Amino acid sequence: MNEPTPLLAMRGICKRFGAVQANSAVDITVQPGDILGLLGENGAGKTTLMNILFGAYSPDEGRIEIDGRKVNIHNSAAAIAHGVGMVHQHFHLVPRHTVLENLLVGRKGKRGLLDADAARRRLAEIGRHFQLILDPDRLVGDLTIGEQQRLEIIKALFAGARILILDEPTAALTPQEADGLFDALRAMAAEGMGVIFISHKLQEVRAITSHVTVMRHGRVVANLENAPEVSRHRLAELMCGRELTPAVKPERQPGRVLLRLDRVSTREPGRTNLAEVSLDVRAGEILGIAGVSGNGQRELADIVAGMLPLAGGTLEIDGTPVPGPSARRMQALGVGRVPEDRMVTGLITSLPLSDSMVLPRIGAPPFSRRGVLDHGAIRAFVEDQIGRFGIKAAGPDVRAGTLSGGNLQKALLARELAWDPLVLLAAQPTRGLDVGAARFVHDLFLQLRDRDRAVLLISEDLEEIFTLADRVAVMYEGRIAGILDIGDADVRTVGLMMAGAGGTA
Amino acid sequence: MDEILAQVFQIGFFAAMIRIATPLIFATLGELFAERAGVLNLGIEGIMLLSAMLGFSAAYFSGSLWLGVLVAIAAGVLAGLLMAGLTVTLGLSQHVSGIGVTMLCSGLAFFLYRLIFGQPSTPPNIRAFETVALPWLSSIPGLGPVLFDQHALVYAALILVPVAAFVLRRTPWGLALRTVGENPHAADSAGVSVAATRYQALMLSGALMGVAGAFLSMAQFNAFTFGVISGRGWVCIALVVFGQWNPWRSAAGALLFALIDTLQLRLQASGVVNVPYQVFLMMPFVLTIVGMALVSRNARAPAALLMPYRKEER
Amino acid sequence: MIRLRLERRDSSPVWLSLVLPVAAVLATLLLCSGLVAMAGANVWTAYSTLFLSALSSRVHLVETFVKAAPLIFTGLAVAVAFRAKFWNIGAEGQLLAGAMAAAFVGAREGLPAWTLVPLMILAGAAAGGLWACVPAILRTRYRVDDVVSSLLLNSVIFYAMTALLDGPWKDPLSGYPDSPDILMEAEFPILLQGTRLHLGVLLAVVAAPAIWWVMRRTTLGFMIRAVGENPVASRYAGIQPGAVILKAALLSGALAGLAGVGEVGGLHMQVMAGISPGYGYTGIVIAMLARLNPLGIIPAALFFAVTVTGAESMSRATGVPVFLAEVIQGTALLAMLVALLFNTYRIRIASHG
Repeated sequence: MNEPTPLLAMRGICKRFGAVQANSAVDITVQPGDILGLLGENGAGKTTLMNILFGAYSPDEGRIEIDGRKVNIHNSAAAIAHGVGMVHQHFHLVPRHTVLENLLVGRKGKRGLLDADAARRRLAEIGRHFQLILDPDRLVGDLTIGEQQRLEIIKALFAGARILILDEPTAALTPQEADGLFDALRAMAAEGMGVIFISHKLQEVRAITSHVTVMRHGRVVANLENAPEVSRHRLAELMCGRELTPAVKPERQPGRVLLRLDRVSTREPGRTNLAEVSLDVRAGEILGIAGVSGNGQRELADIVAGMLPLAGGTLEIDGTPVPGPSARRMQALGVGRVPEDRMVTGLITSLPLSDSMVLPRIGAPPFSRRGVLDHGAIRAFVEDQIGRFGIKAAGPDVRAGTLSGGNLQKALLARELAWDPLVLLAAQPTRGLDVGAARFVHDLFLQLRDRDRAVLLISEDLEEIFTLADRVAVMYEGRIAGILDIGDADVRTVGLMMAGAGGTA
Repeated sequence: MDEILAQVFQIGFFAAMIRIATPLIFATLGELFAERAGVLNLGIEGIMLLSAMLGFSAAYFSGSLWLGVLVAIAAGVLAGLLMAGLTVTLGLSQHVSGIGVTMLCSGLAFFLYRLIFGQPSTPPNIRAFETVALPWLSSIPGLGPVLFDQHALVYAALILVPVAAFVLRRTPWGLALRTVGENPHAADSAGVSVAATRYQALMLSGALMGVAGAFLSMAQFNAFTFGVISGRGWVCIALVVFGQWNPWRSAAGALLFALIDTLQLRLQASGVVNVPYQVFLMMPFVLTIVGMALVSRNARAPAALLMPYRKEER
Repeated sequence: MIRLRLERRDSSPVWLSLVLPVAAVLATLLLCSGLVAMAGANVWTAYSTLFLSALSSRVHLVETFVKAAPLIFTGLAVAVAFRAKFWNIGAEGQLLAGAMAAAFVGAREGLPAWTLVPLMILAGAAAGGLWACVPAILRTRYRVDDVVSSLLLNSVIFYAMTALLDGPWKDPLSGYPDSPDILMEAEFPILLQGTRLHLGVLLAVVAAPAIWWVMRRTTLGFMIRAVGENPVASRYAGIQPGAVILKAALLSGALAGLAGVGEVGGLHMQVMAGISPGYGYTGIVIAMLARLNPLGIIPAALFFAVTVTGAESMSRATGVPVFLAEVIQGTALLAMLVALLFNTYRIRIASHG
C-alpha cells in the first residue's frame, strides 16, 4: 500500500434503524482534490452515511479517518472542527435572519459579542476567491434558491471546511445555475479540498465527478474510477441492480380540452402569485410544467386542486366553467390530485392507512350514509386497492407513516384513480421514490394518457418531463414563460426559460 | 367627570402602574426567552405561584428578603428544568406539558403552604421590600417619584428590558437561541446544541418567572395568598404575542396592561362608577383577548415554536 | 442531560392501553408519597384512607359516582376537543356557563312542569357549547392561541358569574351570594331512594358510550380525528378544518355545560361561587389518562372522584393537607404524558453523548 494518505476514509460503517439496515460495511475514500460521486437510489443509504460523517448519527460500527487519523465525530460541532462541511438537500438556513447572522451562528464571539466585522471581511474574501458573492445584509428569505445554496456553501467554507458534502445540490437549480455550481466545486477541488457529491442524476455525476461510489440497499456495490467514461446505462443498472428498459410513449392524437386555464391570476399575500396564466390540457395528453421551485407551480397546483380562489380569469373542466373552485367541487368535476409533499398534504401518517385512503370521500356513500360510517365498505375498498396497486402494507389498519415512500405514493394514486378522474394533477409525483416505484408511477400516467385522460405533470425533474410529457410549459415568476412541443424542446432552451431568459411563446 | 379623573390620576398613579408592570415584565421576558428558543412555556402560571410561595416562606423564616428572591429563582429554574426535560429531552406536547407543570406547581404551592403555615386565622406576613429612592434622580419633578423612588426589583426589571434585547441581538448565545427557535436544523448543523440551548432558555425563563412571583408576594404584597397570581401568567403569554416576540414591545405591552389594571383598581376604589366590581376585574382579561385578536393574525411566531426536535427520527 | 433515542413502533400493542394509565397512576402515587411522608403521616395509612374511605360503604360508593358525574362530562369535553387538537382548557368556564343557564331556566315560573328538566339540559348544553365557540372562533379566524384564550375566558365568565351572584341573583333575605333555588319540578329525579344518585349521573354514564360511538362511527368523529392529526391533508381532501373545529368545540362545550347542569339540577339546586372546585381542569387529566378514549373516561373519572372525596377524609385523619389531591392530578397528567411515549416509541438510551 503506497497510496497517498487519503483526506477522508470511512471504513466498515454500519448503521441500523430499527429493522432497517441503512448502512452495512460501507467503505469510501476521498483524496485531496477529489470530487467523489456518491450514487444510489433513494433509501440506498447515501444520506445516512453522510449524516454519520457529519455527526448527526453515530455509526453502530466502523471508523472515520481524516488525514489518516481516526476521529470521533459524535455531533456536528465535532464534524465542523474536523473540517467537514455539509450542504443539506433542505437548506439549513433561517429565512428571517440576514446572510451575516446565518454565517455567525455557532461562531465564538469577540469579548462576548458577535464579531460581525471579522465575518464581513471573511465573507468578502471567500467571495473573491471562489466567485461566491452575497450581500451580507440581505434577509435570507429574500434570496433565490440558487443564492441560498451559495450561502450554504459559503457557510461551510466559512467554518473552515476541507471536505464538503453536497446532498442532491442541483435538485432545485436551473441547468445554468448548476453549471455555475460545478465551476465553484472544481475550484475547490483544485485547492486540494475534497468534495462528496450525492445525486441520482446520472448525467451530472458523469459530468462533475472524478470517481464514483455506487450504493444499493446500504452497501457499496461498485467503485468506479474515471466516472465520465462509464455509460449512463451501466450506472443506472448498478444503481437499481437490474436491467432497465425505457418507458414507451406511443404516438397519440390528443382529443378535446379537459382542463383549461384562461388568464388565471391569484392574489395571495406572501405567495408567488399567478399572473394571467393560460394553458390547456387535452384528453390523451400529458402536459409537463417545468420551472425552478417557487415560480408559481405550487399556486398553479393549488388552483387546479381548488385550494385557492381565482383573482381573475377562468378555469374550465371539460368545458364546465368553475367560477368558485373548492377542493370538493374540483373533486366532483373529476379532478384527481397527487399533491406535492404527500406526507403533509396527502396523507395522515399518524392514523391508519385506510383513513387516508377514504379521506376525500368520507362524507358520501359507500363510505358513509347520513353521517354514519360504513366500516365494512371502507375496509373492502381499501383492501381491494391494496391488492390492485400492489401496496406493500400489512393491512388497512397499519399506521400510514410506516409505509415506504413508494407505497405511500401508490396509496395516494389508488385513492385518486379509484374514481376514474378526467384530469390528474400530479405535483412532483416521483420525488423521493426509488427507480422501480418511479417507473410504476410513470407507467400509470402513460396508461391514463392511453385512456384519453389528461395529466398535468408538475415536476422539477426535467428528465421526467422529457420522458413523459407531450408538451412542456415553463413557469417563471408566476407566468408561463413559454409552451413547447416536447419534440421541439431541449434542455438548454427550457433551462434558459426557467431562468427567465427565454423568449415567450 | 373632572372629579373622577382627579381621583383616578392622583399622585402615585404612575408609580403604582410601574409597580404593577414589574412582575409582568419579568414573567413576560421569561416567556419570551423560552418562546424565542421554540418552547411555549405554559408552566408560567404555576411557576409564578410556586415561586411566590417558596420565596415568601424563605423570607418569612430567614428574615432575609433577598434570600427569598434567591429561593424563588431556584424554584423557577427547577421548574424550567422539568419543563425542558418533558418538552426537549422527551419531545412531549408543549401544550399538555405546560398545563401539567402549572397544575403540579400550583398544587405543590398550596400543599406546601398549608403544610408550613397550617390554617391560621390571619395569614402570616412579612415586612415587604421598601422603595429605594435614587439620589438626585428621584427629585426630578414628575418623573422622579414615578421611576426613581421604587423597589430595587423595579429598577432591575427596567434594566432587564434593554439587556434582554441586547443579549438576543448582539451575543452569540442570543443568536444561537433565536436560530434554535427558527430552524433547529440550522443551529444543529452549525454546531449549536439545540437541546442545551433550549434547556438554558427554559431555565432562564423559569428564573425570571420566579422573580416575578417573588415580587408579587414580597414587594407588591407582603403575604402569600392563593389568588396572588390569578391569571397574570396567562396574561404574560398574551403579552409576548402582543409584543411580537420583541422585548421592547412586550415590555410596552406590560406597561399598557398595567395602565389598564391600575385604572380599574382606582376606578373601583373611587366608587364613583356604579358597576359591580367584578366588571373591573374582568376588564383586563377581556382587553387582553381583544388585543390578541387584533395582533395574532399578523403575528409571526418563531418558526419552530411548538416543534420538538429529534435528530435521529426517521 | 440524558440523551434518549426514540424508535417509532410500527403498531402499539393493545395491552399497553391498559397498562400505561395504571403505570402512570402508580408512578404518581410513588412520587407523591414523599410529600405524604413530609407531612409526617404514614404513607400507607394516608393512601388507604384516601382510596378506601370512598369505597367503605354503599353510601360512599354512590357518592363517588355522584362526584364522578361532572368529571365524566368534563373529561369527555376535553377528549373531544383534544382529538381535534383544539386545546380547550376552558371546560371550567363552559361548566359555569351550563350551570348558570340551568339555574336560569330551572327557576322560570310559568313553563309546563314536565318541560323544565329537558329545557335545563338543552339550555345548559347550548350555553356551554356557545361559550366554547368563542376560543374556537378566536383561533380559526384570528389565530389566537386557544390555550391562552380559553384560560382567560375562564376568568371572564367566573367574574361574570360572581357579578350576577352579588347583584341580580343575590338572596334578598340572607344576603348570601347564591342564585335563587330552581323550582321543585326542575329538580332532577333521584334514581336510588335515600341517596343523592340523580339523573345527571345516569346521563354522564350514558354519554361516554354515546361519545365513543360519535367519535368512532360517524363522519363527524372521523373528520375531528383527521383535522386533529393533519389539517392540511384534510383541507386538500375537501374538509374544512375551521368548520370541524367549530363543531368539535360545540360538542366539547356542550358536554362541559352538562357537567354544570347536573350540579345545579341534581345537587345544589342553585349556583354559588364554589360550584366547581376545578372540575374543568381535572377533566384534562382524566382525558389524558383515558388516552382520549371516551370509554376510558369513566374509570379515570371514578379514580379522581375517589381522590377528591378521599382527600378530605385523609386530611382529617392524618393531617396531610387536602391539596395533595391537586398535586396528584398534576403529577398524574405529566406521568401519563410520559407513559404515552411508550405507545408510539421504544426508548433506548444512547450509548454516548
